[in-house]
Amino acid sequence: MKDLKQSFFISVWFMLLTFPIMVIRVNTIEKVVQWRWTNMAAMGIGTFILSYLWRYMLARKEAGAQENGDVLPWHQKLFSERKYFIPFVAAVLTFAALFPLFVSEYRVNIMITAMIYVVLGLGLNIVVGLAGLLDLGYVAFYAVGAYTYALLNYHFHVGFWLALPLGALVGAVFGILLGIPVLRLRGDYLAIVTLGFGEIIRLILENWGAFSFGPSGIANISRPTFFGMMITRSQGILFMYYLMIALGIFTIFVVNRLQDSRLGRSWLALREDEIACQAMGIDRMKTKLAAFALGATWAGMMGVIFAAKTSFINPASFTFLESAIILSIVVLGGMGSILGVTLGAFILILLPEELRAFSQYRMLIFGASMVLMMVFRPQGIISNVRRSYEYHES
Amino acid sequence: MEYFFELFLGGLTRGSIYALIALGYTMVYGIIELINFAHGEIYMIGAFTALIAASLLTMAGFKGLAVLALAMVIAVIYAGAYGYTVEKIAYQPLRQASRLSPLISAIGMSIFLQNYVLLAQTSDFLPFPSLIPQFGFMKSVEHIFSSSELVIVSVTTVSMILLTCLIKFTRMGKAMRATAQDRKMAMLAGININRVISTTFVIGSSLAAVGGVLIASHIGQINFYIGFTAGIKAFTAAVLGGIGSIPGAVLGALVLGWTESFATGYISSDYEDVFAFLLLVLILIFRPEGLLGKSSTHKV
Repeated sequence: MKDLKQSFFISVWFMLLTFPIMVIRVNTIEKVVQWRWTNMAAMGIGTFILSYLWRYMLARKEAGAQENGDVLPWHQKLFSERKYFIPFVAAVLTFAALFPLFVSEYRVNIMITAMIYVVLGLGLNIVVGLAGLLDLGYVAFYAVGAYTYALLNYHFHVGFWLALPLGALVGAVFGILLGIPVLRLRGDYLAIVTLGFGEIIRLILENWGAFSFGPSGIANISRPTFFGMMITRSQGILFMYYLMIALGIFTIFVVNRLQDSRLGRSWLALREDEIACQAMGIDRMKTKLAAFALGATWAGMMGVIFAAKTSFINPASFTFLESAIILSIVVLGGMGSILGVTLGAFILILLPEELRAFSQYRMLIFGASMVLMMVFRPQGIISNVRRSYEYHES
Repeated sequence: MEYFFELFLGGLTRGSIYALIALGYTMVYGIIELINFAHGEIYMIGAFTALIAASLLTMAGFKGLAVLALAMVIAVIYAGAYGYTVEKIAYQPLRQASRLSPLISAIGMSIFLQNYVLLAQTSDFLPFPSLIPQFGFMKSVEHIFSSSELVIVSVTTVSMILLTCLIKFTRMGKAMRATAQDRKMAMLAGININRVISTTFVIGSSLAAVGGVLIASHIGQINFYIGFTAGIKAFTAAVLGGIGSIPGAVLGALVLGWTESFATGYISSDYEDVFAFLLLVLILIFRPEGLLGKSSTHKV
């Protein structure tokens, strides 16, 4: 009974709250007012039902599903035991290799985009997930890589294969350039300054027409060549797909090894407690710069790939929303967890494509799901379990 | 010389608007240490609500200042309500969580609100009627300082004074200061934290709505995206002044307004936003806690 009353009041509140924006539409030119009462009714009923769902989910969260510490989560089991791991990898690789044969070119293209975001997510994972540095301007490195290739290609006809390491290098340089001023900043200040940098790069690209051709962007960027031979567009897409699979595997491998390396462990120490980390003798500044630089390298590389794939870039592709999407991939997938970030990227990129019918509401659903995930499952899809060692009676 | 005054007063106007929005950011940060990304969207919703209210009122026959006053009151009420709702949905459940969760939630809420207004209204630039009348006594200086700029600066000053009185002399103000200082201790002292936080959000949102209505009237058009840029700039201003500090937010906003005004006036108008961010980066490099912030020592 109490629930009924509460839901009723919530429903009335939302109906009144959204009344101006949802019900009234004013056309000041023709002096017409459009009243959409069905919206209000839908709002009332919708919020009434949703409030019940919300209350139920919150109650479940409060009760707190206890994690059973002895039984390893399925993904840990999958990766730690050889007998599961090898067939799994084999199956995934076979599927990836045969995928283009069964589906249309359009879907292969989408898969390439998803793979690009996987690598971007893994790159940002280094900065945010491993080192704990909240970077909201990651898209700047992506833009830098893309424009490096585009401009070098335009002015000096630099090919794709040469541009790829160059893009990575330029990304790393910008990562260090960005990292140096923010070394002393913590937490939220760091977030805002990186956000500012991201916007500065985008605005410079948009306004310095002489250098970057402004809002109209750069077109006709050459596609990658196959051992020196020029290839058609369809072959190009196929080629990009396999290239991205290879790069994806490479990235996963490198990030995995980095995580276990000395550098990776200093990042984890940095994330947990900066001052204690310094007290233990880890050079805070070098570690932070390394995190920024390495994270930015992947973004730079992916920028080159993006430019080659779409053959046209302009500053509008590199807004804060992109940074937000990549950050969501990392956070929703599970910070610090490679499998989580990969899954997160696939879900966040492939799902909107499948739900094309709702394309108008895509961004709305995206925003709402970010809020919902944080409220109900903040640790992400794959929660990062700390490495633990078990002793068994031998 | 006249140009200098024009830029100075223009910067003052800009700074006033940024100050109104920045106050919301800084108050919320002071209390729950959260960057409320959705705050810019509340500003935008305030402007939209005012547009709808003003149109209905004009069609119903009201005129001039009455329309402005009523539309502003309605916008303030609605913005406060939106601020309250956003806090209850997206931030209250996350109060115990780490720093990152509410931030992501805030970004999500910002995207949600932007698209909500986009879908429910329109993606076009909607013309906003100029509700502020041209004053007779301003005629001689109209080219330097227009009537609407005068109204903006005066309304902002009045709002600041009211806010300072609220924070300094009322019980709720004291409770807000206490909660900002030490939340657990405030709870122990018998302060209802939930109510204080909700009040903070409502006050911040109301100020933002006032800013939204004024600037929409001044510029003449609104669009679902105005919240983002204004939000970032205002947040820059708040950080500039030292986030968590109310006089800092005002100071930072004025500094930002003047920098933008003079830079676009004397250097180049294309890079307007770049100057704002560059200023932020420079200040934070040399004085990480902001202009009026306290440099805190961190203990392990």
